[in-house]
Amino acid sequence: MWLKDKIIEFFKRKEKVTVGGGNKAMEKQIAMGKMTARDRIKTILDPDSFHEYDLFVEHAGKDFGMDKKSLPGDGVITGIGSILGHPVCIFAQDFTVAGGSLGLMHARKITKIMDHAVKLGVPLIGINDSGGARIQEGVNSLAGYGEIFYRNTLASGVIPQISVILGPCAGGAVYSPALTDFVFVVDKISKMFITGPEVIKTVLGEEISMEDLGGARVQTEISGNAHFYAKSEFECFDQIKKLATFIPWNNSKKADPFPPKPPKVNYDITNIIPPEPSKPYDIRNIIKAICDDSDFLEIQELFAPNVVIGFARLNGETVGIVGNQPLVLAGVLDVDSSDKAARFIRYCDAFNIPLITLVDIPGYLPGVDQEHNGVIRHGAKILYSYSEATVPKITIILRKAYGGGYIAMCSRHLGADFVFAWPTAEIAVMGPEGAANIIFKNEIAASENPDETRRQKVQEYTEKFANPYVAAANGHIDAVINPEETRSYLIHAVQISKEKKELRPFRKHGIPPF
Amino acid sequence: MEQKSNFTAFPVDDTYYETKLTTKFKKRKIYQPPDPDKLNSFIPGVITKIHVKQGQMIKRGDSLLILEAMKMKNNLTSPRDGKIKSINVKEMQMVRKGEILIEFE
Repeated sequence: MWLKDKIIEFFKRKEKVTVGGGNKAMEKQIAMGKMTARDRIKTILDPDSFHEYDLFVEHAGKDFGMDKKSLPGDGVITGIGSILGHPVCIFAQDFTVAGGSLGLMHARKITKIMDHAVKLGVPLIGINDSGGARIQEGVNSLAGYGEIFYRNTLASGVIPQISVILGPCAGGAVYSPALTDFVFVVDKISKMFITGPEVIKTVLGEEISMEDLGGARVQTEISGNAHFYAKSEFECFDQIKKLATFIPWNNSKKADPFPPKPPKVNYDITNIIPPEPSKPYDIRNIIKAICDDSDFLEIQELFAPNVVIGFARLNGETVGIVGNQPLVLAGVLDVDSSDKAARFIRYCDAFNIPLITLVDIPGYLPGVDQEHNGVIRHGAKILYSYSEATVPKITIILRKAYGGGYIAMCSRHLGADFVFAWPTAEIAVMGPEGAANIIFKNEIAASENPDETRRQKVQEYTEKFANPYVAAANGHIDAVINPEETRSYLIHAVQISKEKKELRPFRKHGIPPF
Repeated sequence: MEQKSNFTAFPVDDTYYETKLTTKFKKRKIYQPPDPDKLNSFIPGVITKIHVKQGQMIKRGDSLLILEAMKMKNNLTSPRDGKIKSINVKEMQMVRKGEILIEFE
């Protein structure tokens, strides 16, 4: 009998804790258009795979009457489950318990599951839905945040870290997602900021809504803090599962291969690029004409769209793709697109994902705001991360590759393993118009018909330099290829680079231009 | 091709590219060279004290006003010798970053 009683007591205790903040609070959460923390975990993970830990953890607050209060699970649910049959560590803050506020034990539950994730070599998924620090616990709650940031940093590049913002994530709390690899946000639900609208109003007199300050759209389009934007929590969870198919589970592994599939027939690689170098096209159509099943998972689609990044597969193997987007800002590199590409390159390098670079770039973006915002420092990040990367690096020059942009986009000079160019490639210091205006400045000025002379000189320069053969003659590119052969050249290059080894001198770490 | 109206001719090194602009690019701050005849607020805050009057002659380094921001009292001094042409703020007025506070002549 004693066992039965004990078991009944156990179930009673368990039930009391699993209701979180109680039915009323749960109803309120749902009325806000949000799922409950437990439902979120269940929806992301494979059915019935979730094992919860630390259910009976009690909060550590002693002051302001907190010692008389019980906070079920201390406002966070932690445990291990699986996605696509592979284990993942997960935590979800429960807004129904004291607003998901972070106290010391709440943080300790999170750091414990983070430590598990690193030791087991599995991804960490964090669902953030919290009002912030638990003020009653004072510096202890700050200590909690610090311990989380420290672990985010140590786990960076070891296991994939995914943050899902499904509610407020404000103040110091927002630095944990910022340290992770991929941040997911949902329209009208996610709110991220360091100082909220009220503080901004009192201190600075600026009035702004929470949505306009740090809503999902702002964080994906303007600031670039978030990587994936979804209309609903369900769509967001689908995005996470899709991402999980492309990435390896830790930095000693490769992503699981998929059965190879050809690209879909409606993407005809010979028919996408307009013949004139000044006309736009969508680089994503080229990517889809190359990769397996035309299946491309774009990352940071809305932020700095002048460069496109994302995952795809070639002959079943995951590759990371970086491409200039002529459709937006002519595909130039600027402060934001350099940041975006550089971080992605480092992700691919850390997780053994070969890098494919598609080049069609007129150069860096001119402008006072760019210079004053540090386009030198930011632009240098892309040089740094390409040079630093030791995964297979394969570059295809489609059309323009001018000046600094040519060098930056994984040129041979930054250690590309294979550089291929289409016959349409123009590898030069700048476009023919700019070059002719400089080289033939005096002739044009002295001419009786300057426009005609300029036209002639532009044509002369175009014939001489606006092609891939000068670079080919110098060995800067390995092969000029027929566009139709692009996929087979890429597959070949990825296959033969599988055992690529590139040793670098020992150092504690480099000093990238952050 | 009906999208064509979205495209702008965008110059890089004397070549004009047909392309789209981002909202962020369109909203970028256009550079204004600094005007020595104007004193701007370098930080948003509150003008707690004005030490000068319109028409007053001032010397470089004279205290013009106190701009309190982030709990700090910033003593804004005159960048040049001259005369106060106009004072565009009142005491206890909240100002934004870059707002013109005083004009000289």
